[in-house]
Formats: sequence, C-alpha cells, structure tokens
Amino acid sequence: MAVLTYRDALNQALREEMQRDDRVFLMGEEVAVYQGAYKVSKGLLQEFGEMRVVDTPITELGFAGVGVGAAMVGLRPIIEFMTWNFALLALDQVVNAAAKMLYMSGGQYNVPIVFRGPNGAALQLSAQHSQAWESWLAHIPGLKVVAPGTPADAKGLLKAAIRDDNPVIVLEGEMLYNTKGDVPDGEVVVPIGQAELKREGEHCSIITSGKMVLVAMQAADQMAKDGIRVDVVDLRTIRPMDVAAITGSVRKTNRAVVLEEGWELCGIGAQVVDYVQRECFDDLDAPVIRVHQADVPMPYAKNLERAAKPDVAKTIAAVKKVMYIDS
Amino acid sequence: MARKKPDTSAGDAELHRELLRSMLLQRRFEERTAEAYALGKIGGFCHLYIGQEAVSTGSLSVLRDDDYIITTYRDHGQALARGLAPRNVMAELFGRVDGCSRGKGGSMHLFDRNLNFLGGHGIVGGHIPIATGIAFAIKYRGGDQVCLCFMGEAAVNNGAFHEALNMASLWKLPAIFVIENNRYGMGTAIERASSINDIYERAGSYDMPRGVVDGQDVFAVRRAVSEAAERARTEQVPTLLEVRTYRFMGHSMSDAVSGTYRTKAELEEYLKRDPIMLLRTKMQSAGEITDDDVARLDEEIKAIVQDAWDFADASPEPPLESLYEHVLVDTTSDALGEVAVAGD
Repeated sequence: MAVLTYRDALNQALREEMQRDDRVFLMGEEVAVYQGAYKVSKGLLQEFGEMRVVDTPITELGFAGVGVGAAMVGLRPIIEFMTWNFALLALDQVVNAAAKMLYMSGGQYNVPIVFRGPNGAALQLSAQHSQAWESWLAHIPGLKVVAPGTPADAKGLLKAAIRDDNPVIVLEGEMLYNTKGDVPDGEVVVPIGQAELKREGEHCSIITSGKMVLVAMQAADQMAKDGIRVDVVDLRTIRPMDVAAITGSVRKTNRAVVLEEGWELCGIGAQVVDYVQRECFDDLDAPVIRVHQADVPMPYAKNLERAAKPDVAKTIAAVKKVMYIDS
Repeated sequence: MARKKPDTSAGDAELHRELLRSMLLQRRFEERTAEAYALGKIGGFCHLYIGQEAVSTGSLSVLRDDDYIITTYRDHGQALARGLAPRNVMAELFGRVDGCSRGKGGSMHLFDRNLNFLGGHGIVGGHIPIATGIAFAIKYRGGDQVCLCFMGEAAVNNGAFHEALNMASLWKLPAIFVIENNRYGMGTAIERASSINDIYERAGSYDMPRGVVDGQDVFAVRRAVSEAAERARTEQVPTLLEVRTYRFMGHSMSDAVSGTYRTKAELEEYLKRDPIMLLRTKMQSAGEITDDDVARLDEEIKAIVQDAWDFADASPEPPLESLYEHVLVDTTSDALGEVAVAGD
C-alpha cells in the first residue's frame, strides 16, 4: 500500500495502461509539452513520444471527434478535457457520435474511448468554470460515467475505463488532484458499476459520489462526535448506477440524504430518490433530503460561492433533519 | 463496383461499363426509394442523391478495399457505390432486420464494417473530425490507406469543418475531404450562406492542396480523387476537393423538386448535364455501347432493384428484444485479448 495523490494515481493509471497496450494514446490541450494543465500527464511525453501523447489546438469539438474516429478503427484514445466546462463544445461528439455509434450501426462499430478531466467547481472560478455535468452525461444511453472520489478509485476506475470497449466518461476534480490516500500496490482495477460503502453506520445513509465523497466523510467524522453514525455510499459510477448498494444501505438505516455537487432540478439526487421511493418505500422513516448547489450560476465572491456550494455544514443539517434532531 | 483497380485511361470500355452500371444502379434504386417512401414503406427523413452519382462512383472507384469511407445522411448512393448490397440497403430503409444497420439506423445511418463504410451521419459537419481521427489512426499504425470523407457544401460554414481540416493538415494525415457542392444547404443557396463562393479556397487557410472538380463528369472526379489518394498514401498530405454537382430532387421527401428556393428553369438547365447521360453519350460516341446494350443494362439493374425491394419487403421487422441490444458492448480489452483491430 502506498500513499499517493489523486493526481499521481491517475498518472500511474495512464502510464500503466499505455505500457500495457500500444493502441492507447492520450490527446488533449497541453497534455504533452506542458505536461498537463494539472500535471496529470507528467512524464508521459518523454516515455511514450509525440504520436501517443498528443497536444491539440484549442478545439474541443475537433479533437473529441478525432478520438471517436480513431476508436472506430481500433485505437483506444483517452481524450483529456482541460475541464468539463470546455467539453460543452464537444458534446456533439460525445453524445451524437460516441454514445450512438454502436446502436445506429446495428452493433458494428463500438467506440472504446475515454473522455476525462476535472468536473465541477474549484475555488472562485465563477460561472463558466465551475459546473458539475454528471446529470447531463448520465442521461445518455450508450455512455458509462464514473466519478472517483479517492486516489485508489481514481486509479482503478481510470484503468477500467481505458480497458472498457465502450465510451466512458471520467469525472475528476481540480480540488481532488492534491488529495492523498492509500492506493493498493500492484494491479488496481475498480469494476465500473460498483458502489462502495466508504463508511458504516446505522442512523442514516449519505449517498454521494466524486468530490462530494470527501465532504460526506468529513461530515460523518463530525457527526460521530455527537454519536450519529452514518453509512457513506460512494456510488463511484453514476451510469450504470449500483441500485443494490443504495437500497441495501437505506433498508438498514431507514433514512437517506443524497449529496451531489450539481444543481437540484433533474440532478443525480433526483434519480437516487426515485430508486429509493420505488424500492424502499416501506423502509423509510423520513422523506429523503437532497443537498446540492444553489440554483444559481456560480458566483465569484468568496462568501457567495461558499453559500452556493454543498458543504459539510449543509450535509450535517440535512442528516439531522431526516433524523428529526433539532440543530 | 467499388474495388475496381484505379485506371483513368479513356478507352477502357469495360471500366466505363462498370462506372455506368454503378451510377445507373444508384439512380434506379433511388427512384424506387421515392416510390417506397410514398407508399409508406420507408419513414423518417430520406434524402435522395439523384443527380450526384458521378461523385460517389468517381470517388469510390479509385479507392482500395482497405481504405475508409465516411459520409453524411445523403448516403444511399455512396453506400451502393462502395459495394453494399442493394438488398441490405433497401432492407435498412424499410426498417427491417436484414438492413445493413439491422434496422437501427435507417436512411441516414448506413454502415458496413466489412467494407470500411463508417456510416452516414446526421449532424451536419459532425463526421468531419471523425474522418480526421480515422486518418490519424492510419498514420498511428503506419498504414498507407486513406480516409475519404464526403460532405455537403453547407458544412464548410461549420466549426467542425475548420477544426478537422486544421488538424488534418497540421498533423499531415492521409485524408481526402470531398465537398459535394450541390449549391443548396437544404433551401439556402451557397451565395446566401458562404462569404466566398469558391469554397475549395478555404483549404488555403490550412495550407492544404485543393481543387475544384466537375462533379457531373465521372472521369474528372476519378482523376482528382486518384491524385489526392496518391498524395495521401505517399506523402501523407490531405486534400480538399470541391466537387460541383447538383441534386435533381428536393432536399428530402418533404421538399418539392424545385421548391421556393430555386427555379424550374435552373433545374432544367442542370438536368442537361445529367451525369449518367453524359457518360452514356460519351460511351456511345466512342462506340463502346449501343442503345440496345443500354436498354439491356437498364433492365438488368431494374431487376436487381426489384429483387432488393422484394427482399426488404419480406425481411422481418427487428425482434423487440433487439431494442436493448447494441447500447453497450459487454467486453473489455481483457476479454478480447490481442484482437485484430478493424481494418487490419
């Protein structure tokens, strides 16, 4: 077991998979000479050369499409978006091309591609650079969507994504890159579609993913001091969602809070709540509560940004509310 | 027809006959397509290619089996010219299980992996970066194939076109971008959509070899694509060709033939340069074919198209279980091991 940053865990995954399979290449803005806008691809150009670590012009739609074409004829591209905010320009390729190709060709052309990069807010980047897109992407049949919250999951899910023969979206976090955690030695591959119970408790389930896993764990630590013990269900994969992990936890605790980074309407939490009401209606002791970003574009000012983001305090307040504890 | 050895020499009567056969097949096939649409056997969007057959036949008759083709939603003619069986193309239009895309794609999404025919695509310009990616993969593997990408002239005003051509030239990729300039993006004339009318000149922005070609002359198309393919194979340089043609039918089945955006007189003027008629006249004046030969060929092709219709009509609808098939594959590179990649 080694302690690695989330960034280095991703870097290891890329390096190991590129060593393993010559068809794997990395393409995106600043991935090669600059070593990655967030240094995730550090050292890869030197090891694998410029045919396999490819700097692109600033042209998200274009290079996402290049990836789709290369994948259709047998390569295994990893397309890095400097952030998912910029990937909006490429959504035609992600949604209309990558996700549909297998279906509309009647099963003839699969697209083994990874689209990855940081998702959601960092600090004071304001409206255009602070958006969490998981609900948009998870809406699309033909895609898989993963959102690792720890270094071990970052490594394991990225490796699984690269080996998958379908298009896989990997949602990372700028605020996660420097976080540290234990990563098992040797081969680490986390199966896509499997949640993990990151913490066990009996009073309430917090169901979350990605960057919000850290928030949930911090909230759980604080609540433990007051004797409130919660399950933290880390979905890890948003699509396909591990419904059994959600229902298993809620049947045990009878209460749930769904914590997500994005906006409320049609968010991931809405879907989780639907699974819970369908499968666990008779198990619930309280309505499920959702914690999410305020329904506004992200503001710049520190105090407003703080007010807009889901955080530990809001999560604790939600847990107390479903437990009918006055705070 | 598609995999005939490149030969641009005039006087090759057998080759000329094959070109005529290819173009006539597309014409007769689509005439029946219109009929089937009117009868409700074909639904959705359906864009006919009639008038542009010299572009598909000319381009694809000089390519190799291992080259790659990608195109737009106006894809029936190119699919047939590449060698997709008329039966499977018609079955796809009819939405049947024997369709070339198993009834999942329809008119706009014809695919055949065995022929490296990577689809008709429905978003204007969206497939052009994909073509650049296919050419990238060719270079990545050190191959000498080419990727030929058809597009309409309206796509050149779209960002995807510029992004794709810039990267193809920047990275020296073996791509051939063939603009089928039929003068209208749906109902908008090129003069009303593009700031320049000689759109092949747009390649100048990317330092890319370019040319303008008479799209009603199958030999002119063959020459231009042949040169572009040679350049792509030997020098790994992409080419942009503007092939000037005309569609004799409306944009789609809901659009009248001349419509509000072009005059009957203009259409009649272009009909004088019907590519099939031009080729036939050339062959007749060279003594390569008689009226009787043409009539026989026509009957033969009509029978092939009737057979395709009958086949499609008899083919079952896709089973309901197939609704959920082909959303995802359930394999990984582990499960596949060292499989040969497509096109190898």
